[in-house]
Amino acid sequence: MKARLTPWKLGTRRLREGAVRIVIVGLFIMFVLVPLYWVIVTSIKPSKDYLTVPPVWFPAEPTLVHYTAALFSYRGLQGLINSLIISSAATLLSAVLGTMMAYSLARFRTGGQHLAFWVLSQRFLPPVAIVLPIFLLFRGWGLYDTHIGLILAYTFMTLPLSVWMMYAYFRQLPKSLEDAALVDGLSRWQAFRLVAVPLAAPGIAAAAVFIFISVWTEFFFALILTSRYAFTLPTIFRAFLGFQGAQYGEACALATTSLVPSIVLGMLVQRHLVRGLTLGALRG
Amino acid sequence: MANVKVSALHKHFGPVHAVRGIDLDIPDGEFTVLVGPSGCGKSTLLRTIAGLEEIDEGRIEIGGEIVNEMRPRDRDVAMVFQDYALYPHMTVFGNISLSLRARRMAKSEMEERVGRVADMLGIKSLLERYPRQLSGGQRQRVAIGRAIVRNPRVFLFDEPLSNLDAQLRDEMRGEIKRLHQEIATTMIYVTHDQVEAMTLADRIVLLRDGVIEQQGAPLDLFEQPTTLFVAGFLGSPRMNFVKGRLEGGPDGVAVKLNGGGPAWPLPRGRNPVLANGAEVIVGLRPEHVGRAGTGPAAQGFARVEAAIELVQPTGSRSYATFKLADQPVMAELQAHDISHAGERMCVDINLRRVSLFDPGTGKAL
Repeated sequence: MKARLTPWKLGTRRLREGAVRIVIVGLFIMFVLVPLYWVIVTSIKPSKDYLTVPPVWFPAEPTLVHYTAALFSYRGLQGLINSLIISSAATLLSAVLGTMMAYSLARFRTGGQHLAFWVLSQRFLPPVAIVLPIFLLFRGWGLYDTHIGLILAYTFMTLPLSVWMMYAYFRQLPKSLEDAALVDGLSRWQAFRLVAVPLAAPGIAAAAVFIFISVWTEFFFALILTSRYAFTLPTIFRAFLGFQGAQYGEACALATTSLVPSIVLGMLVQRHLVRGLTLGALRG
Repeated sequence: MANVKVSALHKHFGPVHAVRGIDLDIPDGEFTVLVGPSGCGKSTLLRTIAGLEEIDEGRIEIGGEIVNEMRPRDRDVAMVFQDYALYPHMTVFGNISLSLRARRMAKSEMEERVGRVADMLGIKSLLERYPRQLSGGQRQRVAIGRAIVRNPRVFLFDEPLSNLDAQLRDEMRGEIKRLHQEIATTMIYVTHDQVEAMTLADRIVLLRDGVIEQQGAPLDLFEQPTTLFVAGFLGSPRMNFVKGRLEGGPDGVAVKLNGGGPAWPLPRGRNPVLANGAEVIVGLRPEHVGRAGTGPAAQGFARVEAAIELVQPTGSRSYATFKLADQPVMAELQAHDISHAGERMCVDINLRRVSLFDPGTGKAL
């Protein structure tokens, strides 16, 4: 016998499921959003409100003084500009090179069956293993503490990730579209540029977001390979935990500032990330 | 417009020898259908002609020019793919005009040519749409439009109708045939469907395991198959095969079926080169086995009594299965010749149309 669900039973079951869902989602939101809220609110709190018990949920006299201090006294603005230049350039280079390398691996089986995995295996190297040789090379080549130096370092660091992501993407794109383009009179390069790349746009966008975020937040290489000139945003945070105690307001102001580019980028590519471009290409 | 000539072509995929020494000469303007079961190498052969697969050995000529090393774009061939392969990020106009854009054609001429092709295929109202907004038949039309807009020397079709439903397939088949009559360009068409092959082809090339089993006009292959395989592949329902044995008779050679019954004298002119008593396979097309008339069997016909075991009406015809010398045989009857299984009736077999095969080699006798 199958138990019949009366409307009343159905109602309580729905209610129970709804309650469980609300609790789980609520916990998750608290876990993610409360620290974020704390950072943002602290960035506009006067120093006396930092660590009070009970906490000040919203300051009575919000202030932007920490922003001016972080951006100008601590050279946050310079760091922000450096970070933007370096992250954008490295992301662009890594995405472009990665897409071309991945296409070659996916369509021509370049390097047999092992090269693709070898590229990914570069990712297994701990950064400490290579940072010293790179430091010495960069000093010799005059790339130490330059934008170009850090851009190159980040491009090569993130290439395995972008190659591997795009390799997976190209492999699931139907080959017949490029065959059609080749027979249609396009060169291999045109087929890549006019057919394969537009179809791979969602994959490229996803890869670019990953690369940008990993470069934007990178600390270790930036710390070793830069000093007074090409320093990036993350390296500045050292200064806030100094002799005179922690500068919570300035740290949070800079942290809030550094959130903005990631959010903007996420919004820009969101459309690409979700668009299923290959729909309708094939039998449907 | 060009002829296509393939000589001693070989193609391997790793350990698989997909195309094994094919020689093929397709005259200018001919509609050639490459047909065969899956894995016979027909699509591979087509793709080597397009330049999408490199060849291991042999030679391919288009219009008298050897194209072995030529890139696909320089061969001036157009291809229609099984999955349509429309560019999903371009409109119908973009899809059809891409090849013209690649050749840097002036915009006005491009628009005029695309418009003419769209008119011809009845897709003019769809030019601004994207492939995902089209039905299967419309997509197929766009794919064909993309091929014909260029005026290529040769058209290649790779199972273009196999994703369509039966009704649409019949319709598009007719359109492709009409297209060939209108533009009279060399067309090479790959299919595994023998009905498509029969209806479309000027010439059928039947492939099996990477070699050409037989080629010729559709009716020649149908009526004079050179092997058991060709006989079984073409025709629906397929040819009946019954085991028998040759016998010398007073009026020449006769064939006696293994399960018993009288020997059937073979019509004059049919003198198989096998010894008396040799095993043969007798091939009977269902349409040559029919209900007997009222009088005695006519000259050249053998009459047998049949206990019908299975009836498959199709509307215009009914297919009836019975045992002939203990071996199942299908007869094609008029729809009202038979009502139900279990009936007993006399059928006449047209001995003039009987095919004989050597069971050892599979070759026709």
